[in-house]
Amino acid sequence: MLHWLCIRAPRLPLEIFARSVNEAQPLAVSDEGRRASVLLCNDAAQEHGICPGMPVAAARALARDLIIQPRDHKAEQAALHSLAAWSYQFSSQVSLYPPCALLLEVQGSLVLFGGRVALLRKLHTGLAELGYRVQLAGAPTPLAALSLARCQREQMVAEQHRLAAVLAPLPISVLDWEPALLECLDGMGVRRLGDVFRLPRDGLARRLGQHSLLYLDRMLGRQPHPQTLYRPPTRFKHRLQLPSEVEHAQALLFALQRLVLELCGWLRALGAGVQTFDIALSHGRGRYTALCIGVHKESRDAEQFSILLRERLARLELQESVIAVELRAEQILKLEARSLDLFGQSDGRSEGDLLDRLRARLGDQAVQGLSAVAEHRPEYAWCYSKPGHSRKDSNGQQRPLWLLAVPRQLETRSGRPRLQGELKLQAGCERIESGWWDDQDVARDYFVAINPSGSCYWIYRELTGERHWYLHGVFD
Amino acid sequence: MNLDALLQRTDVWRGGRFATAVKAVPSGFSELDELLGGGWPQGALTEIMTSRQGIGALRLLMPALARLSQDDRWICWVAPPHIPYAPALLNAGIDLSRILLVHPGAQHDGLWAVEQSLRCGNCAAVLAWPTLDDKVMLRRLQLAAEAGDALGVLFRPRHFVQRPSAAALRIQLAPGIDGGLSVSILKRRGGWAAGPVHLQTHAALALYSRTTTAAGNFRA
Repeated sequence: MLHWLCIRAPRLPLEIFARSVNEAQPLAVSDEGRRASVLLCNDAAQEHGICPGMPVAAARALARDLIIQPRDHKAEQAALHSLAAWSYQFSSQVSLYPPCALLLEVQGSLVLFGGRVALLRKLHTGLAELGYRVQLAGAPTPLAALSLARCQREQMVAEQHRLAAVLAPLPISVLDWEPALLECLDGMGVRRLGDVFRLPRDGLARRLGQHSLLYLDRMLGRQPHPQTLYRPPTRFKHRLQLPSEVEHAQALLFALQRLVLELCGWLRALGAGVQTFDIALSHGRGRYTALCIGVHKESRDAEQFSILLRERLARLELQESVIAVELRAEQILKLEARSLDLFGQSDGRSEGDLLDRLRARLGDQAVQGLSAVAEHRPEYAWCYSKPGHSRKDSNGQQRPLWLLAVPRQLETRSGRPRLQGELKLQAGCERIESGWWDDQDVARDYFVAINPSGSCYWIYRELTGERHWYLHGVFD
Repeated sequence: MNLDALLQRTDVWRGGRFATAVKAVPSGFSELDELLGGGWPQGALTEIMTSRQGIGALRLLMPALARLSQDDRWICWVAPPHIPYAPALLNAGIDLSRILLVHPGAQHDGLWAVEQSLRCGNCAAVLAWPTLDDKVMLRRLQLAAEAGDALGVLFRPRHFVQRPSAAALRIQLAPGIDGGLSVSILKRRGGWAAGPVHLQTHAALALYSRTTTAAGNFRA
């Protein structure tokens, strides 16, 4: 039975920068040291002839537009934690093996995710979407899985009795032991794990220490290997460094989508959803632009979030260039597992999705519902309300379908109101005198009036003051 | 070869098919329904051309909107020229809780909102007042209305009559006799140009005169 799965991201130092941009600009990460050299570089850089180990100055000479970032151990650690949080959806037992590996206990998950092949495919696709090229390996013990992943071959060993035979040809460099120990082994002519396994136990313990023996016993499953289990945080706060400054909001979408995928993976792991999440676009020197994305109903649908993000970014004008993006979610809500499928999409798009999209692009105030209020003054007989939640109180009087936001004063000729010709008043007048209690009182006589071209209007004349005529509505 | 066999042939096109394929929302005016082949085309774009406001273009739609508002879908108004007056909509039998008002800032945002609303499938009707003359835009909106099964209605100035349009239905309005409305069909999918037909849409006005009490001398 396959117990442990190792996810190893050997290119993590590079990928923490590379995964936030889509375009293939040459990018390299330099190692600190006396003479700075290229630690890792992307494909675009390799096409220019840049390769790991090359001095930074030489690399710069090969590609003029090469971006070189110094290695950021802290960001790598944060990225590994993010990966662990995302992986938690596949297993409730995740352990961190810094600098770049995770171990997942997957015995239980295999059934849940439809077998080994299906699980591996999901992991590969999901991790590629996050921007990681990983090595996966599985074995009955954590250390065996780790060693297999280290030797860069995707091998799955399910049977414990085959383990020693499979591990035997691996070089001793796959052991994460101190260099001194490995040198000592090398000095003894021991090159492969099989050679180590064959050494007499007491001699091995004397030369390399008891802990090395324990390591090998755990690797081969002769001793139990308790794991320090990772616990996902209760709040989400992930940050992505951009390899170079970004000036257009749209260009941030790629990086933010990766964060959204991480968010949704974390939410799936917790069986939860969010209604809002916050985004900070960092400009450096502690300055940032804050955005808030909200949905009508808690969700963990990455596609839905991405659509809203795209709309929000489309109406954002950056005042300063952005050097990093951060996504935060604090208020998480339990989601019913039934209503969502594995990838967090609900069965059908609900009517609220339209509202979310419109609000994301046009702003919250741009989307309104309508209410009728029982009030005599026409301008107060209606109000905006939350879409889908309307008051329906009306006095039942006949009213025009259009109301002007602000009554428009009409010109008059010999005392008669005009609007593209003289207005013919229809029989009947409605006097509205109301509102003395709130200082917004009105005293008006309302008429239906038709002009020579047949347009029908709702007009009034003030009963006080100048007694002007006003257009207040259109019977359209 | 008999007629049935002939009709089975794939290369025989029958003109009536379009008309029956389009779902219709009864307009509430029997004369108009007759011309339209049942009513307003659902899942399609309708252009209503008027020379001026205040002649009853909106009122023409009220019976259909009242019917559609009984569904669980939105009646979406994108950038209306004035405030759709809630008491009047209520009087027309419209369920206000289905009304969605969208106020985009810019014209292209407005067209975007119209397309989104038409396409999403959660809008029974989408009303808009675009002033741009854009053939491609009309084509997109027609497709969006088909995708979302929405009654898309564009109110447009009369001078757009001469412009080509992908809308499934184009009608032109003019003031009729006695405050009524004269409706001509310029184009209909699966049908012919027809009209004008005279509709008595101003019944509301008569009611208004009855329900309000005569007041004093307003010219004083």
